Amino acid sequence: MTEADGPAHLLHVVTGKGGTGKTTVAAGLAWALATEGRRVLLCEVEQRHGISELLQIEPLTKSQERKLDRTAAGGHVFGLSINAEDALMEYLETFYHLGLAGRAMDRFGFVDFATSIAPGLKDILLTGKVYEAARRKLKGMRNAYDAVVLDAPPTGRIIPFLNVADAVSDLAKVGPIRRQADSITAVFKSRHTVVHVVTLLEDMPVTETLEAVADLRKTGFALGSVVCNRVTRTPFTDAELELAVKQELPLNVPGFTDEQTAGVKYELAGEANQIKDERLCRQQLVDHELPLVDIPEIAAGIDHTTINHVARVLAKALAQEVNP
Amino acid sequence: MTDQTDSPARSTRLDIDRLLADTSIQVILCCGSGGVGKTTTSAALALRAAEQGRKVVVLTIDPARRLAQSLGVEHLDNTPQAVTRIEAANGGSLDAMMLDMKRTFDDVVSSHATPENAQQILQNQFYQALSTSFSGTQEYMAMERVGQLRKQAEETGRWDLIIVDTPPSRSALDFLDAPEHLSSLLDGKVLRLLLTPTRGPMRLMGFGVKMMTDVMNKVLGSQLLTDVQTFVTAFEALFGGFRERANKTLQAFSSAQTQFVVVSAPERDSLREANYFIDRLLDTKMPLAGTVINRVHGSRLDLSISRTQVLIDELDPETQRVERLTLGRHLNRMTIIEREQRMIASFADRLPQVPLQQVPALATDVTDLTSLRLVGTLLAAQQ
Repeated sequence: MTEADGPAHLLHVVTGKGGTGKTTVAAGLAWALATEGRRVLLCEVEQRHGISELLQIEPLTKSQERKLDRTAAGGHVFGLSINAEDALMEYLETFYHLGLAGRAMDRFGFVDFATSIAPGLKDILLTGKVYEAARRKLKGMRNAYDAVVLDAPPTGRIIPFLNVADAVSDLAKVGPIRRQADSITAVFKSRHTVVHVVTLLEDMPVTETLEAVADLRKTGFALGSVVCNRVTRTPFTDAELELAVKQELPLNVPGFTDEQTAGVKYELAGEANQIKDERLCRQQLVDHELPLVDIPEIAAGIDHTTINHVARVLAKALAQEVNP
Repeated sequence: MTDQTDSPARSTRLDIDRLLADTSIQVILCCGSGGVGKTTTSAALALRAAEQGRKVVVLTIDPARRLAQSLGVEHLDNTPQAVTRIEAANGGSLDAMMLDMKRTFDDVVSSHATPENAQQILQNQFYQALSTSFSGTQEYMAMERVGQLRKQAEETGRWDLIIVDTPPSRSALDFLDAPEHLSSLLDGKVLRLLLTPTRGPMRLMGFGVKMMTDVMNKVLGSQLLTDVQTFVTAFEALFGGFRERANKTLQAFSSAQTQFVVVSAPERDSLREANYFIDRLLDTKMPLAGTVINRVHGSRLDLSISRTQVLIDELDPETQRVERLTLGRHLNRMTIIEREQRMIASFADRLPQVPLQQVPALATDVTDLTSLRLVGTLLAAQQ
């Protein structure tokens, strides 16, 4: 149950409910995709330095691409933090040649005003930068990336965010904004783009995942994988887990007091219960025939070890993407 | 805890029962980043307070389906409903409601305007976007609704404690920033300059301004700007300014009758968000009760990582397989505990003056009043 066969994708959009580890999975995916000689861009939009905090590096600023790492496999990962104000300035400069006047607009708060009263405009500016970075490959440009990974907004906002052409239909009927929105949506809905949904095997995230998947399909976006993050691993058989839930798994640790035996049984029962719940949640995803990737929880997981761990799991599960 | 773990000794405990028993406190706001169990914490606090004799209403934003069912608020109707089946003592009661932001906004308009004016606003295109999809509206309407509930509580005496679950924004700060941001946009100088560009400081820039307003019209569409203008004019006339209203609502939260409870998970991201939020509360002298850290792993078995490893090595892989595996899982758990406690200790170290309560992870989801009651017990437990 891994990624369906097919061409590797250029743009990987990663969404998920808040708190599911979306940024970590996006970073892990970028690292996994950066195999020998490949250049991968990891983008974030409007976040308080999610990538730099995760990697514990200097914040990415001014919407500029910066090399983050050379991966063990010999590829390169770049980072980009996209900010709507910078993008609007750049846009005004490109299409209207507003130099100083553009900066004056910013000073008077016009940019904040414009992007706030027309949320669709903000999304065009943000997705426009992602689109531009992804399209370099299609145009055969020298600074092209082999893959672009977008740490996208959470599941609740992902459809309007990606479907910018719809969002601006009331806003701009003609002109550069309209054309830009149409081109962005065309690439996002093309065979070059795939959307991954990160979830935990818990009630709420799974419900949101199912809703998001249905909405993505309805709107015409291709689903990549549903990434189940922090899955509890177990070395026990199903029969043993059943006994463990009831605290009836026979246990005889030499030197343990009755109290210690009871303590460890209680602890194991808690974990066995959690595994049961996780499996029920996972079954819901299986029932919907979704392409699942499980990322096991790692106990000591912090910082870069987690990214490498996620990258290893994804590299194996998405072999088609990683070794095109 | 174990000999391997530093406990966050320098923080005092957040005494939940004392907080809930303090009748001078009328509003408790639960804030935190998404996915940390804010809704469950709010509901558990509300149930506990009600069962200890407070007359409580809990305002939830987007509860998990089964939690909503357990409270009996699966329908979004914006009106508090009594939660029956609680074990209320001393005249306590519990009402629950789910926020409907559009309806709250509509109600604000309808209750302040003449029917014709209200109709004009409600049908305005920009108002419709503002009241449904604008970022910040949900936060602002949550505040509005709390204000309404407070007024209703004063008038009818139906409630003496309002517990609020804040919207699931990426950052807890959004709750405090959104109303100000929203009002500064609609009440601010930009709009005035844009609507009457020949007055004010922008006039001096002459040609540049003309070009900018042209661009704004092209980028945003002149219809949108007209809609905004109509809306703001109608709205200002009615309420004496959006900003004033937002500020007043926010100010009401600065009084000692309100207490903020910051909710987090024992993970780096949510602790960082909690830290930002607490800094902001302290800077602006907002009343902070303390931090609740949910889903903290614990162990009843006082056996450290190194001792467990020694025991595992002594066991025979063939004949003592289950024992080895079980201790292996204990080792894993202790590693998680160590990681979490290290993060909590570093959080507490930066904010030693902020009371803190750790809430153990439950083995199952919270789906009924019984499990919600258990969360309440854990919230108030001595550790």
